[in-house]
Amino acid sequence: MRRLGAFLRNTWRGLTSMRTALILLFLLALAAMPGALLPQRSLNLPRALDYIDAHGWWGRLLDKLQFFDVYASVWFSAVYLLLFISLVGCLLPRTVDYAKALRAKPVLTPRNLKRLPHHETADLDATPQQVMADAGKALKGWRLVEREEDDGARSVSAEKGYLREAGNLVFHFAMLGLIVALALGKMFNYEGQVIVIADGDQFCNSGTLGYDSFRPGLRVDGTNLDPFCVRVNSFDATYLPNGQAEQFAAKVDYQAGGDLDTNTWRPYDLRVNDPLRTVGDRVYLLGHGYAPTFTVTFPDGQKRTQTIQWRPVDNLTLLSEGATKFDPPGVTDAEERRKKQIAITGLFAPTALIQDKILTSSHPSLSDPAVAVDVMRGDLGIDSGRGQSIFQIDQSLVDSGRLTRVARENLKPGGVITLDDGTKISFDGVVPWVSLQVSHDPTQVWVLCFAVGMVLGLGVSLRIRRRRLWVRATPDGEGRTVVAVGGLARTDQAGYGEEFHRLAAKLLGPRRDG
Amino acid sequence: MPVNETLANYSDWLYGAAALVYVFAMVLYTFEQAFTRRAKKSEGVARELVGAGAPVDPTPKIGRIDKPSAPDRPERFGRMAVALTVLGALLHLSSVALRGVATHRAPWGNMYEYGASAMLVAVVTWLVLLRKFDVRRLGAFVLTPVVILMFLGGTALYTAAAPVQPALQSYWLVIHVSAAILSSGLLLVPGVVSLLYLVRVAHDGDPARFAKLGPRLPEADSLDRLAYRTTIFAFPIYTFGIICGAIWAESAWGRFWGWDPKETVAFVAWVVYAGYLHSRATAGWRGSRAAVINSVAFGLIVFNLFFINLVIAGLHSYAK
Ligand code: HEM
Repeated sequence: MRRLGAFLRNTWRGLTSMRTALILLFLLALAAMPGALLPQRSLNLPRALDYIDAHGWWGRLLDKLQFFDVYASVWFSAVYLLLFISLVGCLLPRTVDYAKALRAKPVLTPRNLKRLPHHETADLDATPQQVMADAGKALKGWRLVEREEDDGARSVSAEKGYLREAGNLVFHFAMLGLIVALALGKMFNYEGQVIVIADGDQFCNSGTLGYDSFRPGLRVDGTNLDPFCVRVNSFDATYLPNGQAEQFAAKVDYQAGGDLDTNTWRPYDLRVNDPLRTVGDRVYLLGHGYAPTFTVTFPDGQKRTQTIQWRPVDNLTLLSEGATKFDPPGVTDAEERRKKQIAITGLFAPTALIQDKILTSSHPSLSDPAVAVDVMRGDLGIDSGRGQSIFQIDQSLVDSGRLTRVARENLKPGGVITLDDGTKISFDGVVPWVSLQVSHDPTQVWVLCFAVGMVLGLGVSLRIRRRRLWVRATPDGEGRTVVAVGGLARTDQAGYGEEFHRLAAKLLGPRRDG
Repeated sequence: MPVNETLANYSDWLYGAAALVYVFAMVLYTFEQAFTRRAKKSEGVARELVGAGAPVDPTPKIGRIDKPSAPDRPERFGRMAVALTVLGALLHLSSVALRGVATHRAPWGNMYEYGASAMLVAVVTWLVLLRKFDVRRLGAFVLTPVVILMFLGGTALYTAAAPVQPALQSYWLVIHVSAAILSSGLLLVPGVVSLLYLVRVAHDGDPARFAKLGPRLPEADSLDRLAYRTTIFAFPIYTFGIICGAIWAESAWGRFWGWDPKETVAFVAWVVYAGYLHSRATAGWRGSRAAVINSVAFGLIVFNLFFINLVIAGLHSYAK
């Protein structure tokens, strides 16, 4: 039992020593680094998977060792946790020491002031009492203790810079708080993304199904999200001639909190850098693109119109790809329907540039839109139960001949394709879409407060030096007084010299003779 | 608003001129080094220590005075070098300012501009330190990385003056990037000085090592102090800069921290600097180990600027 106690005590001491803290800091730096060099799942899943594929067993090994999820990995968390423990273990005793030091008197004057890193002596025409009184005046703002020594000498111990340690403690405690707030945030945050067509479509935060992708914190199950709705009325972007975006903004209306009950909509200009902040959530404008509108007129005269987002394949020109899919209306027989489904797939260019019938885009603004489409007919595989991308058709169905191309054409708005069975497909126009991100993080304000505490603590602690100064006045028996001044910076020697010499000059006055 | 091409061109010329003047200054610093035969032992120490325990001579000693009448040759080279550095800094400052006027925004919207401003800070830091510490001889060493980085910035990373993209249009950009520029410029000096400290310590331990360079450097103590003082000045600014970056990211990208490569390396460098400060309070880690840590930390900052921006594309679309 005693052995165990000793073992625990030693472990604790080791863990909370300065050297361990130092090593843990380096381990933290080392552990964080791979996340910058290797693609991370959380940031870019496709890139991470590509990387793993491209590197064979080596990629798989790294994956097993969690190198593609560094910040959620066991080893990163372990370093983080050890640092946290070390920090607590180091801060508690230091706080106690500091409280004691605040009440303690400055330490006794050392026997020999000449041993100190800073020291000066002089022979003065003054009594020890006068020297002490002068010292008291010169050392305003210092904590002072005057003492009488055996041989008739008098000395004063002075100390200054207690705020340094206070700043240092504030810094470390704020960091502790920040770590805790971050951990809590990871529990209760969520982040979801959704694409909304900017023609009056709306999105409501009523559950995870409304999102295209949703990332919940550890303790979020997707129910009880803060309710609010956003309606995107229009989207507007301006570009430089070279295609770089100059600014973009979406005009939205939103309702949250009490407005939901009264069905009140409030307008907001949603911009990059300017999220909509509702009661507990933030809505960001992340990206944008175009959604072409197609109308299919079936041989029986029935019409179907759809506006579906296509995704940019080139961010600079917003050349986009996509697939707008139609089910034939009024066909109840599943077998029959699977022969007549239609997909319009291909490329969209906001500013068309057609060379040899190949469509590209020369600019991201919507000045001369055109599409280059393949019209596919047959089985789209929508009811096969397999999920499929809304931007693509299932290539395996094309390969197996169940989906065939029945037309290929470049169209401008108003353009029409007529298929062999009389079906007409028209390209009606384009509407922009925006991609929104909804973020919820209840502790981020706390993180900010602690971060500010860290900077303030750090500033105080690094600008202030804890330093000591002693003056001893010894009568030399012939009516004069030998005055010795010594100084010591407690934390780091750097930079005490100037102040010491100034003070010494003041204390020893012009009369000194070395 | 359109970019003023004429002013942008002037800005580019001034940038080139500043770099050229720095090169001349470097040459003169090197002459000063080469013509100074003996180590100036008594003056290697920071001026604050001059006169410790002895009557203080109020006139600061500058250089070694062989002939009392006129400054000797190395001394003249040294002074000219400093004058040229000042001239270079003025040209450099005008270049940055004109770029701002030409583009109607804070002139740090891409890597070229970032580098230009950070190097200006480094040179100014150096000039300010010169007033306090007698370390003129180190001029060539500080200007070398400055000139190299300016060359890379002006060629490989050069970006024509243009407005910035929407994600960068925010006053947090101005604050965050200013803090980053200020701190990385400041930290260049301790990064270099720490390396020189290692040279000096190696020489002190074994005079055969760095036999030429070693004796011409200031005392190890003085180098250590210079590095430490500059670092503790810059570190809170760097911390502040990272926090502003997080605030900006919160309003631009929807999260204040996302382990984007750039954020990650900034964090790693921050932790290593924290390690440097700790090492100076840890028995057995002061001195050489601390100097190594400081240099590594600055290396990480440079790595973040070049490698991460250019090779690893993250959200920080700054590089393009
Ligand atoms: C999470 C990791 C930590 C970080 C990022 C960190 C950061 C810092 C920084 C930046 C300083 C410089 C401020 C100053 O000198 O006043 C500092 C000082 C200090 N830290 Fe930490 N710290 C950490 C953990 C710890 C731990 C675990 C301990 C205890 C073993 C500790 C003990 C100290 C001490 C004693 C100082 C004062 C050093 C001096 O006076 O120069 N720190 N820390």
